[in-house]
Amino acid sequence: MATLTTDPIQVYKRPVGLTEVHSHYCPGCTHGISHRLIAEVLDEMGLREKTIGVAPVGCSVFAYKYLNTDYVEAAHGRAPAMATGIKRVRPENIVYTYQGDGDLASIGMAEIMHAAGRGENITVIFINNAIYGMTGGQMAPTTLPGMKTTSSPKGRDVEMAGFPIKMSEILATMQGSSYIVRRSLHDPAYIRKSKKAIRKAFETQVRGMGFSLVELLSTCPTNWKVTPYEALQFVEDSMIPVFPLGDFKVHPEIAKLKV
Amino acid sequence: MPVKGWIEVNDLYCKGCELCITACPVDVIQLDYSRLTPKGYHPAMLKSDGCTGCGICAVICPDAAITVYREPKKAKVPTA
Ligand SMILES: Cc1ncc(C[n+]2csc(CCOP(=O)(O)OP(=O)(O)O)c2C)c(N)n1
Ligand code: SF4
Ligand code: SF4
Ligand code: SF4
Repeated sequence: MATLTTDPIQVYKRPVGLTEVHSHYCPGCTHGISHRLIAEVLDEMGLREKTIGVAPVGCSVFAYKYLNTDYVEAAHGRAPAMATGIKRVRPENIVYTYQGDGDLASIGMAEIMHAAGRGENITVIFINNAIYGMTGGQMAPTTLPGMKTTSSPKGRDVEMAGFPIKMSEILATMQGSSYIVRRSLHDPAYIRKSKKAIRKAFETQVRGMGFSLVELLSTCPTNWKVTPYEALQFVEDSMIPVFPLGDFKVHPEIAKLKV
Repeated sequence: MPVKGWIEVNDLYCKGCELCITACPVDVIQLDYSRLTPKGYHPAMLKSDGCTGCGICAVICPDAAITVYREPKKAKVPTA
């Protein structure tokens, strides 16, 4: 006969891949969601003990305090270069960078392009919130046309400041890249898809298949000057039309994977 | 009978951002305005019965503050 159980079933609990500290992120900032997804994926793949993260400059400068793996801190934009060195010296480790759009697409443009060009066997988690969060909401290379920031108070004028740079589309043209996708963190269903993409990116590295990057559309309620919920709506209504979600490059071996 | 569930919100992490409230499909979460967390936020809490333990609030919570539980399905007890 089946044994009777009265213990409650735990459906979800905070992953052990996150440290037990209160984060400094603003309430409702989706940096926290991407941290949690990375922690869950590394836990599920059993990679936590052999992973080395490289933190950026930006609001996620303290990522090393929150993700429960080994971590190093890079100079602004240089995380892919640092990750390159670490991975080449320690190929047995899983090495990833966590970078904002100011860090990756502005000051760090050279490092990310060449890391992808070389096909470095590293993973990049790229948080695109269309703004410089940490320094007070200045225009980023990813700021939407017409979007107001502290350095484009009348809205980004494309005549003067150009158009948003679409990193995933560009990096997908690199021969050395194997997995380049864009996902979004604005809704639970999309968050689940983001987690699968992070999983596939790390699977790409585990298989030694070269450069992998997941771009995550993320929020900055504080500098967008909206509530956390309105920020999610802004991602859906305004960011996705400019930064369409999709798979820009997926190696056939990775496409076959069921995760 | 829908599955019965409940959530626990950890005061150390919750920042009262309300994203769980907007995501809950059965609208059973509210902020607890009678209490402050050590960091000074009103934390989320269950306001009524009806939680199904679906876990959607935990998927959106940016601070991984929510633990989700579900009551096990009652096994039929044979009547002696
Ligand atoms: C060499 C150098 N230049 C400029 C800065 C100032 N700075 C700090 S963070 C940042 C941009 C951060 O934006 P982003 O990468 O989008 O991250 P977010 O804060 O939005 O998460 C800048 C320009 C710096 N710290 N170091
Ligand atoms: S400033 Fe923006 S990106 Fe930085 S923690 Fe606050 S909401 Fe998040
Ligand atoms: S989503 Fe998380 S942090 Fe925000 S109010 Fe709910 S429990 Fe608190
Ligand atoms: S587990 Fe589901 S039903 Fe229960 S509070 Fe969370 S979102 Fe609502």
